[in-house]
Amino acid sequence: MGWQWIVPIVSVLYLGLLFAVAYHADRRASAGRSLVNNPTIYTLSIAVYCTSWTYYGSVGRAAETGIGFLPIFLGPTLIAAIWWFLLGKIIAISKVNHITSIADFISSRYGKSPLLGGLVTLFVVIGIMPYIALQLKAVAVSLDVLVHHLDQELSWDGPAAPWSDTALYVAMILALFSILFGTRHLDASERHEGMVTAIAFESLVKLGAFLFVGLFVTYGLFDGFGDLFRRTLADPQLRRLMTFEAMPGGYVSWFSMTLLAMMAVMFLPRQFQVLVVENVNPAHIRQASWLFPLYLLAFNLFVLPIALAGRLIFAGQGMDPDTYVLTLPIHGDQVWLALFVYLGGLSAATSMVIVEVIAMSTMVSNDLILPLLLRFRSAFREDLSGMILTLRRGIIVVLMLLGYLYFRLLGESHTLVSIGIISFAAVAQFAPPILIGIYWQGVSRRAALAGLVAGFAVWTHTLLLASFAKSGWIAESFLTHGPWGMAWLKPQALFGLTVFDPITHSVFWSMLANTGLLVLVSLFDRQNAVEQIQALNFVNVFEKGARGGNEYLWSGFVSVGDLKKLLARFIGPIQAELDFANYLQHRLLKLDEMAQAPAHLVAFAEKRLTGAIGSASARVMVSSVVKGEELDLHGVMRILDETSQVIEYSQRLELKSRQLEAATRQLQEANERLQELDRLKDEFISTVSHELRTPLTSIRAFSEILRDNEEMEAGDRRRFTEIIIKEAERLTRLVNQILDLARIESGKMEWHVSRVDLVELMRDAMDAILQLFQNKSVRLIFHSPEQPVMLLADRDKIIQVMINLLSNAVKFCESGIGVVEVQMRATPEEVGMAVVDNGPGIPEEDLEKVFEKFHQVHQARDEGRDVPLGTGLGLTICQRIIERHQGRIWVESRLGQGATFTFLLPRDGKSA
Amino acid sequence: MSIEILIVDDAPNIVLSLEFLMKKEGFSVRSVGDGEAALQAVEEKKPHLVLLDVMIPKKNGYEVCEAIRADPANREVKIIMLTAKGREVEQEKGLALGADDYVTKPFATRELVLKVRDMLGLKSD
Repeated sequence: MGWQWIVPIVSVLYLGLLFAVAYHADRRASAGRSLVNNPTIYTLSIAVYCTSWTYYGSVGRAAETGIGFLPIFLGPTLIAAIWWFLLGKIIAISKVNHITSIADFISSRYGKSPLLGGLVTLFVVIGIMPYIALQLKAVAVSLDVLVHHLDQELSWDGPAAPWSDTALYVAMILALFSILFGTRHLDASERHEGMVTAIAFESLVKLGAFLFVGLFVTYGLFDGFGDLFRRTLADPQLRRLMTFEAMPGGYVSWFSMTLLAMMAVMFLPRQFQVLVVENVNPAHIRQASWLFPLYLLAFNLFVLPIALAGRLIFAGQGMDPDTYVLTLPIHGDQVWLALFVYLGGLSAATSMVIVEVIAMSTMVSNDLILPLLLRFRSAFREDLSGMILTLRRGIIVVLMLLGYLYFRLLGESHTLVSIGIISFAAVAQFAPPILIGIYWQGVSRRAALAGLVAGFAVWTHTLLLASFAKSGWIAESFLTHGPWGMAWLKPQALFGLTVFDPITHSVFWSMLANTGLLVLVSLFDRQNAVEQIQALNFVNVFEKGARGGNEYLWSGFVSVGDLKKLLARFIGPIQAELDFANYLQHRLLKLDEMAQAPAHLVAFAEKRLTGAIGSASARVMVSSVVKGEELDLHGVMRILDETSQVIEYSQRLELKSRQLEAATRQLQEANERLQELDRLKDEFISTVSHELRTPLTSIRAFSEILRDNEEMEAGDRRRFTEIIIKEAERLTRLVNQILDLARIESGKMEWHVSRVDLVELMRDAMDAILQLFQNKSVRLIFHSPEQPVMLLADRDKIIQVMINLLSNAVKFCESGIGVVEVQMRATPEEVGMAVVDNGPGIPEEDLEKVFEKFHQVHQARDEGRDVPLGTGLGLTICQRIIERHQGRIWVESRLGQGATFTFLLPRDGKSA
Repeated sequence: MSIEILIVDDAPNIVLSLEFLMKKEGFSVRSVGDGEAALQAVEEKKPHLVLLDVMIPKKNGYEVCEAIRADPANREVKIIMLTAKGREVEQEKGLALGADDYVTKPFATRELVLKVRDMLGLKSD
């Protein structure tokens, strides 16, 4: 039997062994004795990073660019140093939010956006396809090389018809194994313990094989490192491999490669799968962050020696440096070692392909196909768990075929490394939305979307399309003259930037566009409610209370039974029943099928669904059964335990302080009113005291003058005595009137209302005051009507008003020519009188004030000595009396033309 | 040269009593009933002393006091404020505006006369 049969059979047997390992691990896991719960296994699984590209390609790269191979190892080593907080946070977020893929992570962070999830998935498929093609190529080539070199009679004339196409068979077999490893059953956490154990085992195999080759080459073909390097240095062409000169793009390229490798080791779908999704215990990160770099170091140890040995041994033979690892043992007639090395390479390729396509199938089904399917067929009721598995298997086959097609169409024209770099640059686009998004909660969905789309557009243009052009898929002029002849759009010299090598150039522009848009759009964008909640959940994942914050997101109605049915459709009825029972038991709850599901139960179901179909789809599904408002803005305020409480507290505080402010304002107003009243009272007392002091002053002054001037003339004496008497009278009146006013204003005045004749009252008043008119020779005219004018009133009070008006009139009239006329006045409702004089009149500015307390219209000082002195209260009291009778009183006057005081009272029956 | 006294008050009987008291001391007396007239009188002939009531029409006593003091030429004019409002605030306000003394109504005539004489630098018995 020729090698052409032995090698494929050994390969399949080896894969079978892997499957046995995986199966065993799964059995152990089911039995509760997990193999995976172990930091060493975790670290070895991370070594899925070292693909066949590393295995074969880094030697190829070292053979051509010397230390140019190092960034691929250096990047992960550097970033592993900050895993303890960066990876720790990502894992914590993923566990809390039941995130199962990188697309899910980004979608979930940005408001569970299905659009973002789908977009990321699409980018991953496009970006990773070259990488899978690379693995197929590596396996196919290594197999062909091995067979060709071992089976000397077989001629190597490259791949021929499809049925003899090694790569196609490799793709089909790997698809089969991926299905076996990854989709035997549907697990909500998307964890695959068997697969992890198998790839950890493969990591050991590939490292072992590589170390064996290294040792063999160094000590078998040469006499150790010293001998090897001495011979290298003797060759001037090889000598330059030991410096940066050999590196295309020099330092800058070296650093951009390192950066890409840093991002790739975290955000390649398979790396995210093993680092985050398959992580059992975040504490394992501690060991991984030193053991993984150590693993890489061990891998690196012999890269350069093998490359140099290949260059020395195969000098001038045109041997592909990518195959040195395999061809050197063959050259040394170590057939079994060559087979072992081949298996190592197979391990590197299969582990990568299997994990990658499983991770991608989860993404494609959860974030691309299911959301669309559920949107169009949300009403269907059958059990979907089986359908999802079928779907994923189909996706795996399609992905493998796509990888194969890429390899067939493009793979021949590129070295392994340049293909891989394209993928690295693609996944690096996920770094900004993830790394910035978990530390700055201000990044919005639209910002992430804008950044990603821009970054990928640049990537597509500068790397993907450029690689198509190199392969001759599109016209060469695309590269040399830019699309449509636009030179500034040349894919490797955008905007005329030519100082970088193509990779650095692409990284520079895509990262600039991605990060720039992400930050800029975030600054001007507003997040919706779900976005804000998710952003807080992610950024504050370690804060107490952030966990389970989703519970408040659902405020609609759904029965426990409906919720369970929904879950059953995706994870199967038995599992759904079990999950619900466990959950309710854990929470010490008893709910029958018809009961309304509490918010936390809905959230629990959503999380379980998230594991099965992704966060965006889970959200769509749950909202399809939850009736009513899924989330209102008011609800949002209550969310996020502590955060919301803080907001609520501060709102309450704000409310309280507003209430306090209002109360303070009311108090202030009340106080001001009180102060105003107090001021008015003070003013009144002050005014009253002033009014009382004025006559008192005269009385005291004249009394003292009389006392001190006994020799005074009799005329003066009498005059002064008269003043004293008049002032004393005025003082008496003042006191009476003040008391009257106080009684009226305080409501203590007694009113004796009876039927009175207004005409009769006026006659009485005139009789009382007639003497005053006669004394001053002022005429008083009254045309009294024949009929009485009857109304209800307090007789004495009305007479008081009349006397007051008459005495005021006579006071201001000029002696001898003064005339005062009393006139009847009437309107349909009212009746009253007017007192008209021909005195000096009242200045316009005083008209409004005459009824004010203590207001006196000043008259010439010489006048009025024979009439009672004014108190300034008379008219005020008149006004109060008339108002008390529901009537009104006013004055009309023009300076020099006398004054008319009129009062009107309601007619009979309307008065008080 | 006789001593000029200006009486500013709107209560005729008080003016009368003050006129009597001042004339008896041998002073030359003018009297007015409101603030504007008072300032006009000061303008016409600078008095030695003003007996100034606070509650007067047109311009109150404080304003008149302030206006008199605003003219440096009136620096030596003595001003005694008279008021029926005896609160301390009002006294202080008057003194702050440049009044020389303050008398509360009703006043003791003897004391008022003594105060006027004293302020004018005349010896009393």
